[in-house]
Amino acid sequence: MNSMILGRYIPGDSPIHRLDPRTKLLGCFYYIGIVFLANNWITYALMFALTLGLLPLAHVRLGFFLRGVRAIIYLILFTVLLQLFFTTGGHVWWQWGWLTVTSKGVVNAVYILCRLVLIIFASTLLTLTTQPLGLADAVESILKPLKPLHVPVTELALMLSIALRFVPTLMDQTTKTMNAQRARGVDFGSGGPIKQLKAIVPLFIPLFVSAFSMADDLATAMEARGFRGGDGRTRYRALAYHRGDAVAVVLLVVLTVVLIVLRTH
Amino acid sequence: MDITFNHVSFTYQPGTPFAGTGLRDVNTTIHGGEYTAIVGHTGSGKSTLLQHLNALLKPTAGTVTIGDRVITPTTNNKHLRALRQQVGMVFQFPESQLFESTVQRDIAFGPENFGMAPDEAAALAAETARLVGLPDDLLTRSPFDLSGGQMRRVAIAGVLAMRPSVLVLDEPTAGLDPAGRRDLMALFARLHTEEGLTIVLVTHQMDDVANFAEHVLVMDGGALVREGTPREVFADAAWLRDHSLAQPTTTRMAGALAARGFHFDQPPLTLDELADAWHRS
Repeated sequence: MNSMILGRYIPGDSPIHRLDPRTKLLGCFYYIGIVFLANNWITYALMFALTLGLLPLAHVRLGFFLRGVRAIIYLILFTVLLQLFFTTGGHVWWQWGWLTVTSKGVVNAVYILCRLVLIIFASTLLTLTTQPLGLADAVESILKPLKPLHVPVTELALMLSIALRFVPTLMDQTTKTMNAQRARGVDFGSGGPIKQLKAIVPLFIPLFVSAFSMADDLATAMEARGFRGGDGRTRYRALAYHRGDAVAVVLLVVLTVVLIVLRTH
Repeated sequence: MDITFNHVSFTYQPGTPFAGTGLRDVNTTIHGGEYTAIVGHTGSGKSTLLQHLNALLKPTAGTVTIGDRVITPTTNNKHLRALRQQVGMVFQFPESQLFESTVQRDIAFGPENFGMAPDEAAALAAETARLVGLPDDLLTRSPFDLSGGQMRRVAIAGVLAMRPSVLVLDEPTAGLDPAGRRDLMALFARLHTEEGLTIVLVTHQMDDVANFAEHVLVMDGGALVREGTPREVFADAAWLRDHSLAQPTTTRMAGALAARGFHFDQPPLTLDELADAWHRS
């Protein structure tokens, strides 16, 4: 559980931490979009240089990003191998049955690897430097224009923030329940698949029971404090754009232009 | 069965910005057959210490010797089941571990995991339910239909049914009414004196410590700051206050009396001792 680095906030006061969560959220999505503009060595090198340049700015060690990559290393390997063996075209370097390695395949595989690593770095940077509740606020603020279309924006944001708030609580509960059942002789993560599946039952039933009772308690507590939906509700932490956000936007626009100029047409 | 801590330190999530100290250089022995109490304010490392007693946590430095098993930082997580059977652990609010369809099956879950035949385990479950004071007609009910106090008893029975030689209790009476609290403490005392169970009790109730414990460990900031008999530990009111602890009610009462001129040969710990001393003077 503790090795999970994706989706984990590290408190800090770096220029990246201070950016408005809306800027970071939209910027992250935009960045993931323009990763696909890169299609030659120069553009990928540029993207890497820029991304690695952002890391010291966020005061987060590179190790954290590498751990994020490690978490989904098999997905990356699978995608890379697929590209490597099944791309046709270019010079054929190696062939065995229906598996071929071509020059184009190798290039594509490297590009895919670069893309995935860049995307993971960007999203890890977002979650490491943004509080989950900040993200929920950002989603609400970004979706606000949909309100006249009867999209329940405040309710969606509330659900999101409650869900995020309960992630650590449920993780905690999971650890506690696992310990209690381990003390009663359950071995988690050993034995055959049937045995492992059986070990899930004494874990999941108590977890569901406690999750439902927590939800009940939360609803009661909210009503007791006068919650009646989000209409007209003001915020303690109001979102506001600052100079850093303008710098980030300019940077992204410049990056886009440079990518379009440098990419192979 | 003795449990010995030798220079045990434990760090939560070492090597990350979230690293936190759980234990600092703890050295002590919990003797087999003794009733040991662990006290300390919230966050002092009591629960971390407990989880070392059956190797749910392994020390990041030092060794824990449980019976003849030595747990080091590199001990493999496998083959610890025998240990878990010998050291029964009742966590805080243990009713949250219930999951089976009936009370009897939930109590039998532990024994079955340790290889007991189902019918044998069911008989043992019924016997253990009686031991903790659950009426027989509850055996076939769902544990989720019971009252909070009854659920607590079912959970404790589920651990007792494993026939451990050490029973570890983490605030077992938290959230119970006074009668339920008294009954449970009496049950643990009976298990200790009649069945010879080693008991390790974590509690905030100093009266329980004074009434039942033979040995007290005081934790503060992850370190073991004092150990001894309740009489030794509770003698110094100022020192206890410095570690966010209090004296038992009886000792406080005796202190107040002494301030008004009563003389005690030694500060009384339990109500009976106070009454005797009062009677003599």
